[in-house]
Amino acid sequence: MIGLEHYLTVAAVLFVIGIFGLFLNRKNVIILLMSIELMLLAVNINLVAFSSFLGDLVGQVFTLFVLTVAAAEAAIGLAILVCFFRNRGSIAVEDINVMKG
Amino acid sequence: MLSSDLNVILPEIILSVYAMLALLGAVYTRKDGLASTLVWITSALFLAVALWIGFNGAGTNVAFNGLFIDDGFARFSKVMILVSGAAVLMMSEGYMTRRGLLRFEYPLLITLSVVGMMMMVSAGDLMSLYMGLELQSLALYVVASLRRDSVKSTEAGLKYFVLGALSSGLLLYGASLVYGYAGTTLFSGIIQTASEGDVSLGLLFGLVFLISGLAFKVSAVPFHMWTPDVYEGAPTPVTAFLATAPKVAAMALFARVLHDAFGGAVGDWQQVVALLSLLSMFLGGIAAIGQTDIKRLMAFSSIAHMGYALMGLAAGTAFGVQSMLIYMAIYVTMSVGTFAFILSMERDGQPVSNIASLNMYSKKEPGKALAMLVLLFSLAGVPPLVGFFGKLYVLRAAYDAGLAWLAIAGAVASVIGAFYYLRIVFYMYFGEERDDGLDGGKSPVLWGMLMASAVIMVVGVVNLFGIEGMAATAAATLVN
Repeated sequence: MIGLEHYLTVAAVLFVIGIFGLFLNRKNVIILLMSIELMLLAVNINLVAFSSFLGDLVGQVFTLFVLTVAAAEAAIGLAILVCFFRNRGSIAVEDINVMKG
Repeated sequence: MLSSDLNVILPEIILSVYAMLALLGAVYTRKDGLASTLVWITSALFLAVALWIGFNGAGTNVAFNGLFIDDGFARFSKVMILVSGAAVLMMSEGYMTRRGLLRFEYPLLITLSVVGMMMMVSAGDLMSLYMGLELQSLALYVVASLRRDSVKSTEAGLKYFVLGALSSGLLLYGASLVYGYAGTTLFSGIIQTASEGDVSLGLLFGLVFLISGLAFKVSAVPFHMWTPDVYEGAPTPVTAFLATAPKVAAMALFARVLHDAFGGAVGDWQQVVALLSLLSMFLGGIAAIGQTDIKRLMAFSSIAHMGYALMGLAAGTAFGVQSMLIYMAIYVTMSVGTFAFILSMERDGQPVSNIASLNMYSKKEPGKALAMLVLLFSLAGVPPLVGFFGKLYVLRAAYDAGLAWLAIAGAVASVIGAFYYLRIVFYMYFGEERDDGLDGGKSPVLWGMLMASAVIMVVGVVNLFGIEGMAATAAATLVN
């Protein structure tokens, strides 16, 4: 029997993979965008699992909002990435270093 | 029912419809030729809406079954957001026109992000919180990379985007846990679960994730790493905007989540917020010392100031929220003046942000140097200027709430912080004569904003313009 805790574990694992993808990845900014997407989708699994566990629809409505916003976020991220590529000629993570912070 | 709901969100509807119509109108007509006009119309609209909200709003109105709350606290924050947004827009017009940066999207994106901020401070539910926050952030990512042909600006936009999205992810994960363990996304429902003695572990985890997501947005240490780069890379008017309105909105949202949703569990979040506050105050003060770029310096300065505002929140009392609101109002006024000065720093028509270029500025422009001196003293919290009273309020709130150690640390940090503000004053008055100094800026708007802000810092000592009473009323509607 697959219960709530299994879903929560999967979501937590995906979320952590997403965070590690953001910090350990040294290659490509596209991978950063994928990691962000992974984090948001992990949250969606969480929300849907809770929604079905509680018998409450709000979680699924929340999921739809998150999906929509994630799409908008990816669009803006890619647009900024294209601008950056035009100026810098590279999208490697180690090349985002004009300012040291 | 629906019409009364719509009535409550009328200011937001007006602003968003204006933004969409103006976007369409500008695309089909003269495009960037309209940009200057749009900037002035937008700031006039902001001021009109601010006046309307400030004088017309009364009582607590809840719309959409609790998703949206319009109370005294929200109105106070909205007026602050709208007025500072209008001030920054007016300051940007001349600067951006001269640099060929002024596109018609700029005022409209600012409008959309202001709508997002207004929604954040009125959020009564995790969903409306998230939607408001994202509307604000998505518009800000774009304006940060407004100078599309500059590596620095697009890099700032990219860094802001990646770290902003990470913070939204953390916040959202927290929201999902809170939803699961409280069974509802409404703040009014969460507070019932969270006030019955012990908070469950899942809810506590959710709270911690929510706090870290929000700490990103207010740029509190250890979630501050994006701030210096974004402030330095973004065009200066955008930096001025980032340092004012979004900070107010994020702090107000912070207060709303902590008090409206977790007001019964003060003991559970007090230590976390106090730690964020402590680290921000010290790191902001110490890291600013080595900076040579005034925009980076302002980034660290804003980190430190957010630390003080968080100290008010850490108190967890109505007086704490009141002191936070007063502090934010003072901080925003000082920031607008300081950025008016930074925007007017130029040599041969090119913007300069190097602190060394301020050497002996007082000889060239004694009036502006004096105004900047007042503002820097006020930022440092030197009595008897208004900035000192802001610090006094938060320190007292922390002390009254039994956080005496935090209040003492705050006083120490403000002494450390005073060093780098005074260093700029030293350059302006006692620096060495150099031939690469600044030209005198000629913009009357910037001059007016700088002087107005400096005068407020001196005259406000009398009674803080009555803001104390207004903040107390606003805080009373949030904490009961």
